[in-house]
Amino acid sequence: MKHLLSAADLSRDDARQILDTAAQMHDVQQREVKKLPVLRGRTVVNLFFEDSTRTRSSFEIAGKWLSADVINVSAKGSSVSKGESLRDTAMTVAAMGVDALVIRHHASGAPLQVTDWVDAVVINAGDGTHEHPTQALLDAYTMQARLGDLAGKRIGIIGDLTHSRVVRSNLILLRTLGADVTLVAPPTLMPSGIANWAAAEGFSYSYDFDEVLPKLDAAMMLRVQKERMSGGFFPTPREYTVGYGLTRDRLRALPEHAVICHPGPVNRGLEITADAADEARSLILDQVSAGVAVRMSVLYHLLGGAENA
Amino acid sequence: MERPDSTVPRPEADPPGRIVLTASDISRALRRIAHEIVEHNKGVQDLVVLGIPTRGEALATRIVALLREIEGVDVPVGSLDTTMYRDDLRSQPTRAVGATTIPDSGVDGKVVVLVDDVLYSGRTVRAALDALGDLGRPQAVRLAVLVDRGHRELPIRADHVGKNLPTARSERVSVRLTDPDGVEEVRIATPHGELS
Amino acid sequence: MTTYLIKGADLLGAGRQDLLVTDGVIAEVGTVTAVDATVIDADGLVALPGLVDLHTHLREPGREDAETVATGSAAAAAGGFTAVLAMANTSPVTDTAEAAERVFDLGRSCGLVDVQPIGAVSKGLAGEELAELGLMARSRAAVRVFSDDGKCVHDARLMRRALEYVKTFGGVVSQHAQEPRLADSSACCHEGELSGRLGLPGWPGVAEEVIVARDVMLARHTGSRVHIAHVSTAGSVEVVRWAKSQGIAVTAEVTPHHLMLDTTRLTDYDPTFKVNPPLRPAEDIAELRKALADGTIDAVATDHAPHARHDKEHAFAEAAFGMLGLEQALQVVNTVMVQPGLMSWEQVAAAMSTTPARIAGLTGHGRPLALGEPANITLIDPSATVEVDRADSRSLSRNNPWHDMTLTGRVHSTLLRGRPTLLDQEVQQ
Repeated sequence: MKHLLSAADLSRDDARQILDTAAQMHDVQQREVKKLPVLRGRTVVNLFFEDSTRTRSSFEIAGKWLSADVINVSAKGSSVSKGESLRDTAMTVAAMGVDALVIRHHASGAPLQVTDWVDAVVINAGDGTHEHPTQALLDAYTMQARLGDLAGKRIGIIGDLTHSRVVRSNLILLRTLGADVTLVAPPTLMPSGIANWAAAEGFSYSYDFDEVLPKLDAAMMLRVQKERMSGGFFPTPREYTVGYGLTRDRLRALPEHAVICHPGPVNRGLEITADAADEARSLILDQVSAGVAVRMSVLYHLLGGAENA
Repeated sequence: MERPDSTVPRPEADPPGRIVLTASDISRALRRIAHEIVEHNKGVQDLVVLGIPTRGEALATRIVALLREIEGVDVPVGSLDTTMYRDDLRSQPTRAVGATTIPDSGVDGKVVVLVDDVLYSGRTVRAALDALGDLGRPQAVRLAVLVDRGHRELPIRADHVGKNLPTARSERVSVRLTDPDGVEEVRIATPHGELS
Repeated sequence: MTTYLIKGADLLGAGRQDLLVTDGVIAEVGTVTAVDATVIDADGLVALPGLVDLHTHLREPGREDAETVATGSAAAAAGGFTAVLAMANTSPVTDTAEAAERVFDLGRSCGLVDVQPIGAVSKGLAGEELAELGLMARSRAAVRVFSDDGKCVHDARLMRRALEYVKTFGGVVSQHAQEPRLADSSACCHEGELSGRLGLPGWPGVAEEVIVARDVMLARHTGSRVHIAHVSTAGSVEVVRWAKSQGIAVTAEVTPHHLMLDTTRLTDYDPTFKVNPPLRPAEDIAELRKALADGTIDAVATDHAPHARHDKEHAFAEAAFGMLGLEQALQVVNTVMVQPGLMSWEQVAAAMSTTPARIAGLTGHGRPLALGEPANITLIDPSATVEVDRADSRSLSRNNPWHDMTLTGRVHSTLLRGRPTLLDQEVQQ
C-alpha cells in the first residue's frame, strides 16, 4: 500500500495493524512529551481544496507529533476558476520536495488522479461525495474500543448517504473488519444503484429505521445538511426526524449495550436528539480525540518505513 | 504492509546452528543478573524493570519474579517499545509498533533497568534511551542483557550480562524462551557454506 | 487535375472493381486500364463513399488552442470523412448568417473536408429566443441543421417553434436530449451502482429518454423533422423505434464511443472518459449496436470534442466533457459492428455517408460509387490491426479514449471531389 485513497486499499491485516498502532499513539498522546521522532526530516503537505478545520488540524497535529514538517496549503478557489489545473497545482506543490500530500477536495476522485502525477504518498482526507478513509478508521477505532472486535457486530449507518463521503469508507472498512452493515435512509438519500451494490458486496439496506434499530450494536448517525431540503430530498425537517432521526423513543428501542456515533458536526434535533448526543454511550467526543491517534498511525504506516516497501 | 511477526510466535523447526546456552544456563544467568541488580542497587527500592519487546519483555518478567523471590517485593515491570525511535526505519518496510507499558509509578526519579535479549550494535539500546527520555527523567538507567555478542557501533555497554559470546558479524544469534517460543535455548548459527 | 486510378478496391464489400477518377468525378467503374493516371493500389481495401459526420466540434472560432478548422479537417480526412457538420457551440456561437458563412469559408479555404456549419437553435445557446434560423438557411452556407448541442433545447415551447420554423426550408433540429432537471450540468456519470460507489453526480438514462419522447411527439404534432443526437440508452432506442413505426419523421445518431466503451471506464476517474451523455452500461451498448444494425439508429456521428490538456486535467467532476472521435470512428465501427458480422459494408456506407448526407441536406455527398458521381471516396484496410496512440492524432487535442487500445481497420486514403486529402495515411495539405 503506497497511498491511502480508499478504505478498499486496506486489507483486514492492514486495518488491524493501523488500529493497533493507533492505540499506541493514543497512549503517546497522554504523555507529557507527545513527540515521536519517526518522521524527522519528512515533509507532509496538507493540500486542502476545501475548508475543513477539524480534519486539517488533526492531520497537522498528527504530523507534528511524529516530528514531520507539516505545511498547510489552502488551494481553495484555485484550479478551475483561476485556470490552474489540478495537475498543475499538485505538481507545483510536489516539486517542493514533499513526502506526503494529504488531500482534501470537493470533487470525488481528485486524490486518486493526483497519484498519476506525483511521486509523493497521497492520503485522501475526504474527496467530494466519495470517501474519507481516515474518518472511517477513527470511527472503527472508537467503536472497537467500546464494543471489542467488530467482526459480527451489527452496525447501522443512518442519514444522508448520497452526499456522504463517510458512508462509503465506513461501509468498506466495516465490511473488511467483518461487521454486518445496514444502510438506512429515505429512498431519495440512498446512493444510486444500492440494490446491486448491496447484493454485490453483501451488506443490507433499509428504508425503515425502526425495523433495523433494535438489532444494532452501533448506530452511526450521519449529518443531514440543511441545504438538502431545498433540493426536495425530503419534505420537511420534522418529517425527516420522525422517519430517520435518533429520537428519544428510538433511543429507548436501541439495545442497552449499543453505542452511538456521529462523525460531526451534529445537527442536534434533526438527525439526533440533544439527549442522545450527550449520552454516555455516545462516542462523539471519543471520535474527535481518536482522530489524531488514527492519523498518526496512518502517517507512520505510510511514511515510517522505506520507500516502496 | 506486513504483519508483525514478532508478537505472534510461529511454530517453526529448530533454527540452524549449535546451542550455546541451554535452559539451565539461561536460568542461572538470569538468577545471577537478579542478584547483581539487588546488590548494585542495595535492595530493590525505586527500581523499575522495563523489557524491550518481544523477548526482552519476557526476560524482564522473569527477572522481576526472581527479584520477588530474593527480596520478597514486587518490583514494577513494564515494556518499552523502541520502534518509533529506531534509526533504521527508512531502510526497511514499516514495522509493527510494539506495546509500551509503563508502571503507574512512572520513571521519574527511578532506577530503570532496561532488559533485552541480545546486545549487538547498541542501536536498539540507543533508541530505548531516547524513548525513555520522552517518558520522564530516571535517576539512573542500567542495562541487563542475556547475551552480549560484541560488535558495538555506539558507546554503549551493559551493566549486567548473562553471557559474553564472541561472534563473527556474519553469524546469527537466536534466543528462544519457553514463553513465547515453547523452547528455551540460545543458538549461534554460521551462514550456510561458511566454516565456523 | 490529376487522374487517379484506384485499382482493385472492394466496392462496399460487393466485389473488386477499378475506379477511374478524373475531374472530380468517377469516370469509369469496372476493369480499367488507363494510361496517364496515378495508381492507388487498393488491393485488399474496401471502398466506401466519403464519410459524412453529422456531429463535430471544431472549436474555431474561440478555442483555437483545442482545435482549429484546419486541424479538425486534417483529423477528418485522416478518419475518412469528406464532409463534417460543425456544431454551433463556438465562441461566438454560430447563431447568425455571418458566423455560419465564416465557418463555411474557413472550411473551404482549408479544403481537406467540406465543413458545413450547424446553426444554433437559440440565440447564444441560451435556450430562450430563436436564433436567426431563416437567415442562416438563406446564407451562402445554406444551413439546414440546427442544434444547441452541449445544451438541450429543454423548453418545450421553444422546441416546438424551432421545429415549425425549420420545416419551411427543409431544416432539421438536432436535439441534445438532456432534461436539465433530471441531469443538471454537474451530472457526469451514468446513474447506477457505479455512480453510487464513485460518489459522482448521476446522469440517469431517463433524463435523455423523456426528451426523446417529448420531441418525437412534437415532431408528430408539427410534422417537422427531428434528429436525436448521440442516443445513448436502450430506452431512447425504444422510443425512436416506436416513433418510426408511427411514421414520425425522426432520425437518430449514435457515437463510436457509445457503441464501444462502457461506464466501467470511469472507475479510475480518468477525465478522458468524461463525455456527455455519459458512457453507459454494457446492456445499453448491446441495444445501440442492435439498433444501428436494424436501422432504428440511422447514423454514426462522432461528437468529436477536442479539449486542451488543461481543460481535462482537473478533478473528474470539473473537467470538460467530450472526447475525440473523427480519426477512430470508422475503425470502431469496423471493430464492433463489421468484424463481428453485425453490419455489412453497404450498411456502413448508409450509416456513415448516405444517410447523414441526406439528413443534413448535403447533395454532393453520400452518393453511390457510380459513373458520373462526385469522387468522394474512402478506402479502408479492414483487416489491419492498429494500436491507437493519442500522440499520432492530427487533432490539436489528446483526449483520445481509445489510446492504448487495439482496433481493427485502418483508413488508407480519402478523396474529396477527386483530390486525395489522405493518401496512404498521409494527410495531403
